Amino acid sequence: MTFPSRIRGGLTRRRFVTGLGAGGLLASLPRTSHAFSSKASSGIIPPMPSDRWDLKIGHTRISLDGKTMHAPTAGGTVPGPILRWKQGDTVSINVTNTLNEPTSIHWHGIRTPSNMDGVPGLSFGGIAPGETFTYRFKLHQSGTYWYHSHSGMQEAMGLYGALVIDPRRPDPNACDRDYVIFLGEWTDVMPDDIVSNLKMQDDYYVFRQRTAASFPKEAREAGSAGAALSDRLAWSKMRMAATDIADVSGAIYTYTLNGHAPDMNWSGLFRPGEKVRLRFINGSTMTFFDVRIPGLEMLVVQADGNDIEPVPVDEFRIGVAETYDVIVQPKDERAYAIFAQSEDRTGYARGTLAPREGMIAPLPPMDPRPVRTMVDMGMGNMKPGESMKDMDMSGDMSGMKMDGDMAGMDMHGMDMKGMDMSHMAMPKMEVDDPGPPPINVENQMRAMMPIDRTGSPGDGLENNGRRVLNYKQLRATRPGADLRPPTREIILHLTGNMERYIWGMNGRKFSESGPIRLKLGERVRFTLINDTMMEHPIHLHGLWSELENGQGDYRPYKHTIISQPGSKLSYLVTADTPGMWAYHCHLMYHMDLGMFRTVIVA
Amino acid sequence: MKHALSRAVLALATLSALVVSSGTARADQTVYHAADAPEATPVVYIGNIKPSMDQGTWLHGIFNELEGRYSPGGTDFRWDGEAWFGGDYNKIWLKSEGTLEKGRLSDGDHELLYTRSISPYWNLQGGVRMDLDDGPTRTWGAFGVQGLALYEFEFEATGYVSDRGRFAARVEGSYDFLLTNRLILQPQAEFNLYTKSDAGRQAGAGLSDVDAGLRLRYELWRKFAPYVAVTYSGYLTQARRIARDQHDDTGSVRFSLGVRSWF
Repeated sequence: MTFPSRIRGGLTRRRFVTGLGAGGLLASLPRTSHAFSSKASSGIIPPMPSDRWDLKIGHTRISLDGKTMHAPTAGGTVPGPILRWKQGDTVSINVTNTLNEPTSIHWHGIRTPSNMDGVPGLSFGGIAPGETFTYRFKLHQSGTYWYHSHSGMQEAMGLYGALVIDPRRPDPNACDRDYVIFLGEWTDVMPDDIVSNLKMQDDYYVFRQRTAASFPKEAREAGSAGAALSDRLAWSKMRMAATDIADVSGAIYTYTLNGHAPDMNWSGLFRPGEKVRLRFINGSTMTFFDVRIPGLEMLVVQADGNDIEPVPVDEFRIGVAETYDVIVQPKDERAYAIFAQSEDRTGYARGTLAPREGMIAPLPPMDPRPVRTMVDMGMGNMKPGESMKDMDMSGDMSGMKMDGDMAGMDMHGMDMKGMDMSHMAMPKMEVDDPGPPPINVENQMRAMMPIDRTGSPGDGLENNGRRVLNYKQLRATRPGADLRPPTREIILHLTGNMERYIWGMNGRKFSESGPIRLKLGERVRFTLINDTMMEHPIHLHGLWSELENGQGDYRPYKHTIISQPGSKLSYLVTADTPGMWAYHCHLMYHMDLGMFRTVIVA
Repeated sequence: MKHALSRAVLALATLSALVVSSGTARADQTVYHAADAPEATPVVYIGNIKPSMDQGTWLHGIFNELEGRYSPGGTDFRWDGEAWFGGDYNKIWLKSEGTLEKGRLSDGDHELLYTRSISPYWNLQGGVRMDLDDGPTRTWGAFGVQGLALYEFEFEATGYVSDRGRFAARVEGSYDFLLTNRLILQPQAEFNLYTKSDAGRQAGAGLSDVDAGLRLRYELWRKFAPYVAVTYSGYLTQARRIARDQHDDTGSVRFSLGVRSWF
């Protein structure tokens, strides 16, 4: 029996394009003091920066790809208007709430005083219905960022938009054309229903599992039926799925580019020979995208708003909440496809760069969906694709057996060895080491040998024949502002139980944990060990996260860092702004189910 | 004697050496401390707004079986379902099953259980069971485990003690074989055991009855999956004799049609 590749999960049988994208609702734009001279979803940046903005938050009925949602929006569109600011300015943004529930806007990646960060409970009390809150802060930085609601599930329903901050000095990456490419998802399933479904069945949205029907193919790939079978048995023995790539999939999501469904084909114009800057923002709720423009080399010039030494690539993965600016120079008088497939390959966002409106570029086929390997399980010394049966044969791994006892696996000894190694490079330093995370209701496993994966482009992208960006290639164009070595290391394990759909750190969810306290002015190393099988884009509000990727003083400044499964990485933080800050996984349903901490700088 | 003494001294020396070495080893080692360890006084959030809603409660219910079991003499109707409400650790759990046979309700087993999560995949359950159908009513205290065993095998085992001091047990398991991502073959079996026979309820001492099925479902969507099945319901050992004495069906294989559905 065969099924069409784009099964809609049976959840939505309507499948037609309304032709009325998010951008078609411009009539509902508020009349504000600042003229929105550009269509929000056109990707076109306002011609001039402004230091005064009015943003009206309200409900808007939006249909996209046949999926209708009464969505909370900024300015009546999804994404909301692109706000253009200028570095050095003090900007004022009046945010008026016309919803019947509280709202908020968080300026993702912007260094503001704590009370302007827009997180209800931490920064302020939120914006009550009918109220206007004026955000006011000085811009110390430039680059591409974004904003989104931090109230309830509003962000997951469409309350987000792009920020572009002009540098004070001439922009080294100024181009003939400059577009925002805002990647997102659209669904008519309410976020609370998604969470509830995941609580009942963690693979509710996964329709790409290994089955009897897929077995012959796996056997061919593994070399023999026996190898494929033993790999399957090893995974099912652990009560996990190698096909667990994304919690929410194209079964309900339509992936969007500047608010356009793939069929609507968002277009950006160029004249052959022109340099085109594309400001990629992943504003999605749960989806990592792998982005390429077949036929064009992309020069990555900025990551998370900060300029980096240009890296020529064919493809890059963008985690939820990250941004990358790339420059392309199409020479031919033809259309080029911007192709952003979801990591689990259940769909793609798509746009076109073309010399004229209405042109269509051929789309490449989707890559095969990634399959998790031992590396993702934290068994770092094994190569991707290596059969799990090898693990059982190794004496060291006997603890991995996860016998019938309810305690799950016990790898205490192994873990401690791994932990010790983490301190070798660092002399006398205060270390907050939580030790190996417990195996409990909230945590399913431990990464026994977490490895540095900053040199890997990510699962599904290794050895695909293309030049794919990895974290080690990010090198800042100028040395860091604070070159002091850290005086303290905070080790955190990212943990979770996929089966119960609980997420946390150190085996605890948010409500069972205390805050992370930093001394004002303190220089801290955060070390993340990912004990889960999934990527987690970890976002620290208010302070920069300087990724330790081997670039020394030129380490890149980021606001969101992907922790790959089974990996260990670290970044430095200067706690220079006092207040309460949110610190969380930016996969929204992970954040909301416990992978969240409060960081208090005092 | 001397030999034994020297051995004891040696053992003591080894032990003290071990203690000393472990002491020094500890000095080099990190004292475990989590930066996010719980604090005695919780953080005061502005307006008491919690930034993460990880203490939610959910309500779900499922009919694992909702089926007609065909036979030329009359089709039986069978259900087996459960529902739960609660959070990550504490839930109220309701189980119910029964068979409608020629207008007569049998095998009516209904349980109300408190459920406590105790490990990544396992829950403890405790509460009451009522045998409530057209037979005599029985009441039991129930205590058991429920969860996901190795190889993703769904399993539950419950022990019961009745108001009359009798004991019983029920074991149930099932497994999902994915033929495709929507076509799923599920073998399932449930066994009941009793310490003493109860002729009124056609229960025999020892292994008393089995209800099993091989169900092939198609998930039209996750929450709605029609299935075809071969089911078997029958009495075993002593109960089989009781049934035979009562001129009842001792066991039969049926072709069945049903729907697996949940919310």
